[in-house]
Amino acid sequence: MNAPIGLTGTLPGDARSRVRSADRIGDGVLYGLCMLASLLAVVTLGAIAYKVIDGASASISQFGLGFLTHSAWRPNFGIFGAGTFLYGTAVTSFAALLLAVPLGISIGLYLSMMASRRVRGVIGPLVEMLAAIPSVILGFWGILVFGPFLQAHLEPFLHRTLGFLPIFGAPSSTGSGLFNASLILTIMVVPIIASLSRDLFLAVPQELQEGATALGATRWEVLRGVVLPSAASGVAAAAFLGLGRALGEAIAVTQVIGAGDFIHVSLFQTGDTLASRIADQYQGAATPQLVASLFYLGLILMVIGLIANIAAQWIARRFDVGRVAAR
Amino acid sequence: MRPPDPSEMPATGASNVRPRVRIQTPALAHEAAQAAANARPTDALRGSPRGEQDSALTVGREAIFDVQDLSVSYGSSQAISGVTLQIHRNLITAIIGPSGCGKTTFIRSLNRMNDSVPGFTIDGKILYHGHDIYDRGVDRVEVRRRIGMVFQRPNPFPKSIYDNVAWAPRNLKMKSGLDERVERALRGAALWDEVKDRLKDSALGLSGGQQQRLCIARAIAIQPDVLLLDEPASALDPIATAAIEELMQTLKNRYTIVIVTHNMQQAARVADRTAFFNLDASDGRRTGVLVEYGDTDVMFTRPADTRTSDYVTGRFG
Repeated sequence: MNAPIGLTGTLPGDARSRVRSADRIGDGVLYGLCMLASLLAVVTLGAIAYKVIDGASASISQFGLGFLTHSAWRPNFGIFGAGTFLYGTAVTSFAALLLAVPLGISIGLYLSMMASRRVRGVIGPLVEMLAAIPSVILGFWGILVFGPFLQAHLEPFLHRTLGFLPIFGAPSSTGSGLFNASLILTIMVVPIIASLSRDLFLAVPQELQEGATALGATRWEVLRGVVLPSAASGVAAAAFLGLGRALGEAIAVTQVIGAGDFIHVSLFQTGDTLASRIADQYQGAATPQLVASLFYLGLILMVIGLIANIAAQWIARRFDVGRVAAR
Repeated sequence: MRPPDPSEMPATGASNVRPRVRIQTPALAHEAAQAAANARPTDALRGSPRGEQDSALTVGREAIFDVQDLSVSYGSSQAISGVTLQIHRNLITAIIGPSGCGKTTFIRSLNRMNDSVPGFTIDGKILYHGHDIYDRGVDRVEVRRRIGMVFQRPNPFPKSIYDNVAWAPRNLKMKSGLDERVERALRGAALWDEVKDRLKDSALGLSGGQQQRLCIARAIAIQPDVLLLDEPASALDPIATAAIEELMQTLKNRYTIVIVTHNMQQAARVADRTAFFNLDASDGRRTGVLVEYGDTDVMFTRPADTRTSDYVTGRFG
């Protein structure tokens, strides 16, 4: 060949195969890196789970499953039970979800169906920014601003009007307690449910909404009959995501829950959750027994989180199947 | 069914001054229309639509809709302008025209389905039984209850067949005799025999044609006055399309039907009256206008406007 122009002229046969082999190496490296990264995540999960179980084993063998129901926690006397914290976790998470689900769905409906485009563009990102507030700041605000407000105004009001319910007992002395923690958790969970449900409602086919509208349905009838049922499984999954957040939140809850050692029916009393107790005591953990019991709390928390996760998937799947197949 | 058979050309449709021409083929029809159009002053060919042709079909028939100089815009773009026409009781009125000429905008304006479209503004009047449906104080929910609509793509709710039909009656508190109402609606939509044994099954398990008939059943379950059909068969196969077209012939005894279609043969087959919309770009702004409106057989065999004849003979669009 004379005066080859361009690469193809000079690179027949072996040279071209060299390029190909370089490509193959690149592909292999990329594949290896990506697989390593994924493996790393799996290994980390396994290592943490192993360490938590291993660390808790001393406490498990000593207290067994009675740990779950026993409510006394006296490190100085070697007495440990998770009952108080299970109760605190359940109450605060449930209360937070009870408030956050209707609030979040309302915000989602407003942003997706009712607000003008301009309002949507302002409020939507602001709601999402609520989720971006570091929880330690939220907890700080909860102690200094929210707690005193609750103690001075909301708690006395609820006690006066709904005091016949034992959950609204005498107002707290400091503003810290299960009630404050529940509300702080609500603030953390609302943006999750709001932004997810907004996206879910926006994804409901326009055709279905128009079909309902053309049948002389009011806006509420369209929402109730078409939009909400179509998004129900997703909203349920969003609620469980929020639940996961509420169950595991440690710092903000530690700041506002008051680190109580007893089960109280009244929300205005102090308590502790599994996560907040761990955050509260791991530093001063003097005895191996306390460390093991804190690990035990952590193990319980992980199992609950796992159950919540599986439940969310199960619900979502059940709804989806129900939607496609016959009712 | 109403094929434009020249041997059955009604004398009543041709009371204007043009010479009557016997037409055998679409090509001839076009030539005839061309000849007729050439005999007119050129300015009549452009701009605003000419008045409706007289028709034996409309004489003595109540006008359900009286649309007067209707213009619709979305934001700064004008979708249709200057549309004036009447839609008469118990007739099938077809709206035909090329894509983007405002057919769907027009039909969706008739039951205020455009209200939720951002930037939607309307000029002119749409009188429904003499009342302007865009008057302040008119409840658009009530408008849509009386003027039902079926959409291009079947859109059954993800509920059972029964609940699809029963949903709107339940909303409207028509709860007594609900089972009978559902059966009547499904029979009315020629679907009953196919679904009577599986009313509790999901509507999403039906075929496309069945779904569309379910949507028609859903619409007639609340006994509207008018049915608006926006290209109801465009997503269906020929057999399902034939079923829908046949159904329309029975439905027109009870309802006034307006159908948008871009399928001219469909309009020729099913419609009593046909309105031809076209894109008008004469003053630099593209907007949909009503070119011609009249009895279907006249529109397809002896249209008065060259644009109509060009379209119906397949020369463009």
